[in-house]
This record gives sequence, structure tokens and C-alpha cells, in this order.
Amino acid sequence: MIVIVDYDTGNTRNVKKAMDYLQIQNTLSADPSAILHADGVVLPGVGAFKKAVDALNERQLVPVLKQVAQQQTPILGICLGMQLLFDRSFEFGETPGLGLIPGEVVAIPDNLGVKVPHMGWNQNQVTQTDPMTKDFDQQSTYFVHSFYVKTAAKYILAQADYQVKIPSIVRDRNVIGMQFHPEKSGRVGLSRLAAFKELVENGNYSRNRS
Amino acid sequence: MLAKRIIPCLDVDHGRVKKGVNFVNLTDVGDPVEIAAAYEQQGADELVFLDITATNEKRRAIVDTIEQVASQVFMPLTVGGGIHSVDDMQRLLKAGADKVAVNSAAVQDPKLITAGAEKFGAQCIVLAIDSKWDSASQRYVVYVNGGRQATDLDVIQWAKDGVAAGAGELLVTSMDKDGTKSGFDIPLYQALTAAVNVPIIASGGCGKVADFTTVFDQTDVDAALAASVFHFGELTIPDVKQTLKKAGVTVR
Repeated sequence: MIVIVDYDTGNTRNVKKAMDYLQIQNTLSADPSAILHADGVVLPGVGAFKKAVDALNERQLVPVLKQVAQQQTPILGICLGMQLLFDRSFEFGETPGLGLIPGEVVAIPDNLGVKVPHMGWNQNQVTQTDPMTKDFDQQSTYFVHSFYVKTAAKYILAQADYQVKIPSIVRDRNVIGMQFHPEKSGRVGLSRLAAFKELVENGNYSRNRS
Repeated sequence: MLAKRIIPCLDVDHGRVKKGVNFVNLTDVGDPVEIAAAYEQQGADELVFLDITATNEKRRAIVDTIEQVASQVFMPLTVGGGIHSVDDMQRLLKAGADKVAVNSAAVQDPKLITAGAEKFGAQCIVLAIDSKWDSASQRYVVYVNGGRQATDLDVIQWAKDGVAAGAGELLVTSMDKDGTKSGFDIPLYQALTAAVNVPIIASGGCGKVADFTTVFDQTDVDAALAASVFHFGELTIPDVKQTLKKAGVTVR
């Protein structure tokens, strides 16, 4: 069973709709025990970083998610959920994240002649072959965000160009993040969710990337 | 870089898709879920649902419509028409909408834009503006209530004020062009893109593929919206995108 972490964030129900459509067994829950015993965990998220961390803390989920990562359960963070996987964010002051992948979350510069937020369909370049990036090179996905992740190249599987390089899929072993919205990116997005399901079922996540 | 978006607009009345010609004379063109799925298949980048009778009548069906569409179609959905409160916005966003468009109610009370942006983020709040050129005062004037009623607002100034209040995107319909099939209102969008720095969706007037090329070539709008030309198959989205691609416009 895949558990979608239910902590009152915007895209949760759309992620569930997409998984239901793909007939992936899933449930919404904020129950620590359900999350710890899940075969796979999806962390959705839209909005502000600090508010999301506060919402996770209110539900005592920060240590739970850290333990989930440690016990090698596949985790998929989506949009803000991906940003939460990293060490810290500089959105409205510095806020610590889950620290599951080394890196930090910074603002997309607004002096590069591009509009912020980065909102719309952008094309991805695959930088590493991986089950999560199968048939993904040059495909467009739907992004909505004002901050982006800065992390080492070894964690970046795909990126999109927006004057800065925006990591669009990141991965460190069992911890995966997608900056775009797979639940709003049509066929290409749905196939990313299906790839995550495969990973959960086949346990193809112990690959040591570091 | 971001692709320019092609957006079909579905006018919805009591759960059925309709298209008004100049906002009146409705013709039923079908089921919203099927139409949305067909547009996703064709390569539409986003869908806009306008609850056309909402401003004047009680509305209920649109939330169910969005819930159904969002369970079958996985692309950005914008919903407008008759949104008067943050609660209205919340219901639609919860049903699966990604953005909500406010029009008449925002003119009446601009604080609605700010309240929505603070609660859901500016990227969720689209300010829809119906614009008509007034030759007496030599300016674009804002109309409300489905284009039935003029206000004393200047379109360009209202666009600026709306963005300052928290709107993350503008959907601007040229009433002068709507239904004419004579092309998008180029001077209007040139003025708007010079005035604000949020994405702008051009709406009203397209009749042929070249109209899309022209609006992306001559203005900095981010998206173009159309209804009847797509609904009645006069143009297809693949045709529009292929032509844009050849003209050097980034499309998905």
C-alpha cells in the first residue's frame, strides 16, 4: 500500500485522483503507524515551506518521515514535497527541511528576464538514466513554483531550463523528488507515478548513488 | 523555456458544456468530462471552465463537474464564473481546480483577490477581465456581469491594481473581438504586457491558425484561449501547435 501523507496541503486529493486513475492502491493518512508501515510514501505539497514544515510538526511527522527514509521505504516528494526533502529553505527566512537529500531551496532569481513563479509547461532534459527518467528526455511537464533546489549533480536525474537549471527529478537511493506536478502533467506525469509504483513493488531502490 | 499555452475554454451551464456567441445564444456541445479528455488527447495545455450563468443564477453543478473532470483528466484546470468568496474558491480548488478566476466580484471588492492569494497563493488566483474599447474616452473599459454592464474602470489600470492586490495571472477577453473571428486584439495585449509582469491569457477573436502566430509574435502574452473554433473543429490544437512551432514559437 502507498500512503499519501495527508497534512492539509493543496494537491493531496489530485495526487490521489491520479493514483486512483492508474489503479495504484493508495490511501490518504497522517497516522504515523500507517506511514511507517507503508510500502511507499508520497509527500505532496504546495504553498509555503515553513507552513508545510509546521503542519508536519503539528502531526509529529518529521521524525516519522526520517525513519521511513532510513528504513529504505521509497518516498516520493512532489513540488513543495520535493523541496521538503532537502536540508533547508530560504523562503521567508531559513527553515530546516527533512534533510533526506543534501541541498537547499532558494528563490528563482527574478532579474533574469523570466517571470516568477515559474508556472507552465517546461521541457525536461534527462541527466541520468534511471527507472524514474525512462522516456522522459525532452518531455514537458507542468511546473508551479517560485523556489528551486540547489543540490549536487549526482542527485539530479532531470532538469528544466528557466535561465537557471531547475532540478525536476532528484533521487538519492529510495528518496525521490519531482519539482513538477506529475498529477497535472498528462500522460508523461502519470507515467512518472507508475514508475514510482514499479519501484515500490520491485524494490529497485537500493542502488547506491553516493 | 516555458511553452506558450493553448487553452480551450469550456462554457459550462448546469454541468453541460455550451458556447455562447457574444455571451448569448447558447448551443449545447456536450459532456465536460468527455470534452476535457478529448482536449487532453489533442495536446491542450490547460482547460478553462467558465460557469457562464453563475453570476446571475444560483450555481451548484460546477463543483461536481470539476470533481468529475479532475478524476479523469490530469492537466491544469482553471475555473471561473460566479466566484464571490474564499469559500467558493476553496470548494473548487478542493474539487480539483488548480486556479480560480474572479471577475465581477473582484471589481466589486478587490480584497477578494488579496484574500484568495493569501490563503491559496497568488499562482491560484486569476483575474478575468472583460474589456471593451471606448472611443469617446479613448481607452479600454472594464465590463462586468458577463459583459452586460460597463464600469468606470480602465482595463490597464485595473490590471495593474489586480496584480498589486495579488492576482497571479490575467485572463483578458476583448469583447470587441469576441465572436468576430478577426484575430486577437493585438494593441490591447501589447498595452497589458507592458503594464504588468504576470502571465496573460489572450481571449477573444481567433478564427484561424495564423491568429495564434500573430498574437505570440506581436505581443508577450503567455497563452491564448479559444472556444468555438476548437469546439466545432474549425481548428485543431495539433494544427495550431505545428504552425506555431514552424514560426519559432516554443510549444509543448
